[in-house]
Amino acid sequence: MHPIRKKRLTIVLFLLAGLSVAVALTTYALRQNINLFYDPSQISAGEAPVDVRIRAGGMVEEGSVVRDPESLKVEFLVTDYSASVPVEYVGILPDLFAEGQGIVAMGRLNNEGRFVADQVLAKHDENYMPPEVASALEKASEAGAKSATESTKSATY
Amino acid sequence: MWQFFHKLGSPKWFFGISTRFMPWLLAGGVLLLMAGVVWGLAFAPKDYLQGNSYRIIFIHVPTAFMAQSVYIMMASAALVTLVWRMKLADVFVKAVAPVGLVLTFLALFTGAVWGKPTWGTWWIWDARLTSMLILLFLYGGVIALDRAINDEKSAARAVAVLVLVGVVNIPIIKYSVDWWNTLHQPATFKLTEKPSMPAEMWVPLLLSVLGLYLIFGWLACVRMQTEILSREQRTRWVKEFVLKGRV
Repeated sequence: MHPIRKKRLTIVLFLLAGLSVAVALTTYALRQNINLFYDPSQISAGEAPVDVRIRAGGMVEEGSVVRDPESLKVEFLVTDYSASVPVEYVGILPDLFAEGQGIVAMGRLNNEGRFVADQVLAKHDENYMPPEVASALEKASEAGAKSATESTKSATY
Repeated sequence: MWQFFHKLGSPKWFFGISTRFMPWLLAGGVLLLMAGVVWGLAFAPKDYLQGNSYRIIFIHVPTAFMAQSVYIMMASAALVTLVWRMKLADVFVKAVAPVGLVLTFLALFTGAVWGKPTWGTWWIWDARLTSMLILLFLYGGVIALDRAINDEKSAARAVAVLVLVGVVNIPIIKYSVDWWNTLHQPATFKLTEKPSMPAEMWVPLLLSVLGLYLIFGWLACVRMQTEILSREQRTRWVKEFVLKGRV
């Protein structure tokens, strides 16, 4: 390669590397602002500010959804499987809202550690499958769970 | 190898060779894209959770993938412009920037249309969506900067620097869903793992991505040829081409 071109290439690569480091440091420093929501663990650890509009995200805990028969009020627990936060919301939930499904809620954390949401968005994961496969998987996992409990019973600890 | 590389830099040579490839690119691209989109929209099974609304993936993913892919190609060309001062590289950047802009817009638009029924919102300022919006502005900035400078050579260098600076955004888009909490789900396709969707869904998706790639190739050739003709209009080969209709 021609020496001039080599020099130009070195300069360009050097600048790119420097720029990457600068951007990496900036985004790392701002990571809490870039994160869309607080995890239930962060909220229960007291990292989330109280009575400030924030977002909380996680999975809707199985069997935790309680609907008020008189109104649109819903209460449920949002979990990341290490901590969970109670959420209350009045309004229409997105179609994908279900137990075991991911959500992101916008609202305020009150003094009692309850999250009062004014907007609930559904988050879906990266897995796609036909309905038949999903139901077959569910059956298989139920059967697996059954045999697992049976084997636990028979096992002596 | 270097000889081929320098030959590639000759606008006249590129003009001749691209004319031969273009019909194949267009035919293959249209065929693959049609096959992928029709298969995906009409015949692929629906998703267990999202039902039919997930089918917009067959348009959203190809456009979003190409929007980033085009930028990476532009950045490589920009590097060639800066280091080797090759005219054809600058022609490429100039020719494909509007194509990238349209692809990015389509990715954002189809994403919004998909987001409304599944997430419950058209737009959210999460890291993936915001970095993709920055990509849209980068494309816009590249086009604007190129138009703003009259001198061809200074425009080429200024644009190349902007394109290269903007390339930092590409890994941010790609890994935004892993580095930060986002509403957008993580990638379904990873290089090292099996895709988390069955073959009857990812095969049509792959076909439409390949089809869009080929159509992009054709579009890039058309736009580069136009740019070459207007830049080289005073040369003898262009005059001969206009008179005879071939190079």
